[in-house]
Amino acid sequence: MLPLKLEALGFAAGGREIIKSITCEIHSGTRTVILGPNGAGKSVLMRLCHGLLQPTAGLVTWMQEGAIRRVRRQAMVFQRPVMLRRSAMGNVIYALKLAGIAAEESRLRAEDVLEAVGLANVATRPARVLSGGEQQRLALARAWALGPEVLFLDEPTANLDPNATRDIESIISAIHASGTKIIMTTHSLGQARRLGDEILFLSDGQLVERASVEIFFRQPQSLEAIAFLRGELP
Amino acid sequence: MNDLSQALAAATHLVVSADANLLVIVSRSLQVSFAAVLIAAAIGLPAGAILATTRIPGRQAVVALLNALMGLPPVVVGLLVYLLLSRAGPLGELGLLFTPTAMIIAQAVLITPIVAALSRQVIEDAWREYEEQLRSLGAGTMAAAITLLWDTRFALATVVLAGFGRAAAEVGAVMIVGGNIDGVTRVMTTAIALETSKGDLPLALALGIVLVAIILSVNLLAHWVKLIAQRHYG
Amino acid sequence: MLKNISFKNIYLCLFLLIVMSAQAQDKFITVASTTSTEQSGLFKHLLPMFEKKSGIQVRVVALGTGQALDMARRGDADVVFVHDKDAEEKFLADGFGVRRFEVMYNDFVLVGPKSDAARIAGSKDIIAAYKKLADAKTPFTSRGDKSGTHAAEIRLWKAANVDPQSGKGSWYRETGSGMGPTLNTASAMNAYAFTDRGTWLAFKNRGELVIVVEGDQRLFNQYGVMLVNPAKHAHVKKELGQAFIDWLVSAEGQQTIASYKIGSDQLFFSNAKK
Repeated sequence: MLPLKLEALGFAAGGREIIKSITCEIHSGTRTVILGPNGAGKSVLMRLCHGLLQPTAGLVTWMQEGAIRRVRRQAMVFQRPVMLRRSAMGNVIYALKLAGIAAEESRLRAEDVLEAVGLANVATRPARVLSGGEQQRLALARAWALGPEVLFLDEPTANLDPNATRDIESIISAIHASGTKIIMTTHSLGQARRLGDEILFLSDGQLVERASVEIFFRQPQSLEAIAFLRGELP
Repeated sequence: MNDLSQALAAATHLVVSADANLLVIVSRSLQVSFAAVLIAAAIGLPAGAILATTRIPGRQAVVALLNALMGLPPVVVGLLVYLLLSRAGPLGELGLLFTPTAMIIAQAVLITPIVAALSRQVIEDAWREYEEQLRSLGAGTMAAAITLLWDTRFALATVVLAGFGRAAAEVGAVMIVGGNIDGVTRVMTTAIALETSKGDLPLALALGIVLVAIILSVNLLAHWVKLIAQRHYG
Repeated sequence: MLKNISFKNIYLCLFLLIVMSAQAQDKFITVASTTSTEQSGLFKHLLPMFEKKSGIQVRVVALGTGQALDMARRGDADVVFVHDKDAEEKFLADGFGVRRFEVMYNDFVLVGPKSDAARIAGSKDIIAAYKKLADAKTPFTSRGDKSGTHAAEIRLWKAANVDPQSGKGSWYRETGSGMGPTLNTASAMNAYAFTDRGTWLAFKNRGELVIVVEGDQRLFNQYGVMLVNPAKHAHVKKELGQAFIDWLVSAEGQQTIASYKIGSDQLFFSNAKK
């Protein structure tokens, strides 16, 4: 379904333009990190790509749109995971059931991903009583179980302590290694360095700079990116 | 006060001696209100869920109407159901007037708006939290509504109990459509009204004490179950 | 999966419950009657005897006579058992009843506070007492609900040449409710009230109230029973209803009525025509 094409993409709400005419193509294989100061429109851009928001201008197009049902081939993990009032295992199976996976297969897949994210021992525990880090791991497992081609992550470690953050980062790497395209936002420059292959730098709703991680951190081109890396922008 | 102590003594005596009349009246009360609350829940909960998760035009008007209907005067409901079920009315053929079924219908009419309006509130609050996650997983309106019903089940239990309490405590409607027939449609509230009429205030008050005790214990039990469940499921 | 099954089960149970509760007991009749017969306890004494003998359950809806007749007019009762001869005869003339049977009588009494501000206690002349009541403007509570008792009270005011409506808002107070609630009000306000003797005898919350006038022939209170006309309402349970009426006027029914007592007081005097 990749590449993902954004053409003159715009989004306005309440009379304010949040995304201003972004045009770009996002390809498979790399881990794309969207960086930018607060209020730059990072989360909104991901929601537009994922289909949770409808653009008010321009287009979001996936390859072979229509041939494959889009939602099922992509997944998203939010900053605050929404845990359903059922067991950890139940949460994963719920997502698989919605995706139309048969019960037997669902159970096997759920066991696999819970094992992979290190939650096999709490599979039967109610999801809402798990710790914050465990909940975010479960959210990743729930998304991973769907076998998405693209996984969006919106500040996945924003509320977590360093240990939990390390766990989440290694799971993201594992998901990428299994062949899933990663598109994520983060506040942490360290995380962008550790996890990213390329950076999309947003400022005030515009795509200001796009570069590989190495180049972006060594030689940023735009004034905004330079200021951001110096820590002058929030 | 003399009347009060007499009433307490009479209430104790009624309960301790498991007075046969009292048992008939109490079980009829519970049967009628339980059936009414089942109907109200079967209609009101899905209605509340759908109202909370859809954005159809006119929704606000329906919500406002439901909120207004929460305050339906029981006597008016009783009169409407009476006219409907009377032999001279449109549903007269069924011969339901002055039967427990008529009382169930009247109580169901009375409390369905309560269950629907309160559950809409509960589910809409949950929907705000769940919406992006569920849409991201590809849940349609129906699937989302069912998921939310299940996930807010503890809060909804309280909503249903509120309906039960209102149904069991109501006298105006069941008096009119039931006729307070001894052994057939006499329930706690109509029995209280009758004993008050007869000037037997201690017995009336004793029945009142039993009624309040029943409603209280049902609520306490439910509250306790809810506490335990919530501690378990988070 | 589990969820779907439980939802289905809930709806299934609901359906069964409704069907079950809708299944009516087959042998029963609905009788529209008055609060005086119900609240005096007569039916509790009478009906078990009849039900045992006939196997017919009698479901009594107790209202004022006016309401009871209205209910029968709508076809919501099989039998009416009330006490307002004029209204009953109008009901018959309008074709809603088949035939009127006189069953029993009791009498009305005037009750009032022991202090007796109108100074009428012990009188045997109800008309004179009414005149004094109006002159003294002492509080009086009326049913005001189109019941048989209310109709009898109005007739007596007329005979005494008093328009009680002129005292509305001051001494004449309509409660718009049954005999019991009206007596409760009278008891709370220390007012006079017009009541049937049966309800009075069974009434417990008397406070300061006592009987002040009784024994006048004009206080006679006749009860009649009628089958609702099947020609007007085809679903009326003709045979079962008539069986109840026949039993009421039979020697056994009449004797059962006469045997009902509260303490040593007989409440109703059977007087069916042979």
